[in-house]
Amino acid sequence: MQKKIIRTSIILTIIFIIGVFFIGLSKDKTYDTKDLIGQKITKVQIKHFFENRKISEKDFKKNGFTLINFWASWCAPCRDEHPYLLKLSNEKNLKIIGVNFKDKKSRAKNFLDELGNPYAEVASDKLGKHSVTFGIYGIPESLLIDKDLIVVKKFIGPILRNDYSLIKNIIEKK
Amino acid sequence: MRIIITLLILFNLSFVQSVAQAEKFSINPNKIFKNLRCLICQGQSVGDSNSEFAQTIKLVVKDQIKEGKSEKEIYEFLIEKYGEWIVYKPLFNKVNFLLWLFPYLVFVAGGTIIILFLKKSNNH
Repeated sequence: MQKKIIRTSIILTIIFIIGVFFIGLSKDKTYDTKDLIGQKITKVQIKHFFENRKISEKDFKKNGFTLINFWASWCAPCRDEHPYLLKLSNEKNLKIIGVNFKDKKSRAKNFLDELGNPYAEVASDKLGKHSVTFGIYGIPESLLIDKDLIVVKKFIGPILRNDYSLIKNIIEKK
Repeated sequence: MRIIITLLILFNLSFVQSVAQAEKFSINPNKIFKNLRCLICQGQSVGDSNSEFAQTIKLVVKDQIKEGKSEKEIYEFLIEKYGEWIVYKPLFNKVNFLLWLFPYLVFVAGGTIIILFLKKSNNH
C-alpha cells in the first residue's frame, strides 16, 4: 500500500513537472501589450501643450475615434510616421491627440512647424509619467480608442502604410 | 470578563491596523524596482536599468508610494497596464495558485514519505 502511494505520488510529480514545462515552453514569449485592447481608458489628466488647461478623457468622448499618438522631436521613427498621421488627420471620424513625450517645448514646436501639425490637440508629458497610464514603453506608440474610451488597437512603433490602411478600415466600418 | 475580552480584541485590532499602516508608509521603492522587469532591456530589472522606460516607472512608483498606495496596489496597477510580464514575482491568483502551493505540497508529501519510511524501518 505504502509503495503504491509513493509510486503514484512520484508519477504525479513527474507528470506535473513535464506539464509545467510543456505549457511554459509552448507559450509565445514575445512581449506585447495586447491585454490593453478592450480596456477602458480612465483617469487621464495631461497638460495641454499650447493652452493653460488639461486634456482629460472627456476630450476623447467627443470624437468617433481618437488616435492617441506618443511622439517626440528626438524620435527618428516619429518622422517616418508623420506623413501618415497628416493623411489620417483629414478623416472625419477620427481625431488625433498627440502626446509630446519627454521633449523640449521649443524643439517640439519646431518639429510641428517643419513637418505640419496633424493633431487636434497636443498634450505635454514632460516626465513621461502619463505614458504609463496608456501602457507605453517606448515611442512612437499609438492607441486607437472609440468614443466609449475602449482601446480598439495599439500600435507599437511608427504608423506606416499598413497601419494607416488598418486604421482607415476600422474607422470607416463604424 | 466579557469586557476584558472585548478590550483585548479591540486592542489587538488597533495593533494590527497600526502595523498595517506602518507597513504602508515604510515601503521600500528599491524592493519594488527590483521586482519589476525593464521591458526594453535585456535581463535587467527596473532597479538595475537607467533606460527611459525604467526612469519613468521609478517616478510613477515613487508617486504612488507618496499617494499611500500599497505594494500590492502598485503591482496591480502596473500589471493592468503592461501585463503580468512586468513583475518577476507574479501575484498569487487563480491561474498560478498551483505554482505557489506546489513547494508546500512537495514539502508535505516529502515529509509524509519520510515518516512512512521511518515507520516501516522501525517495524522491521
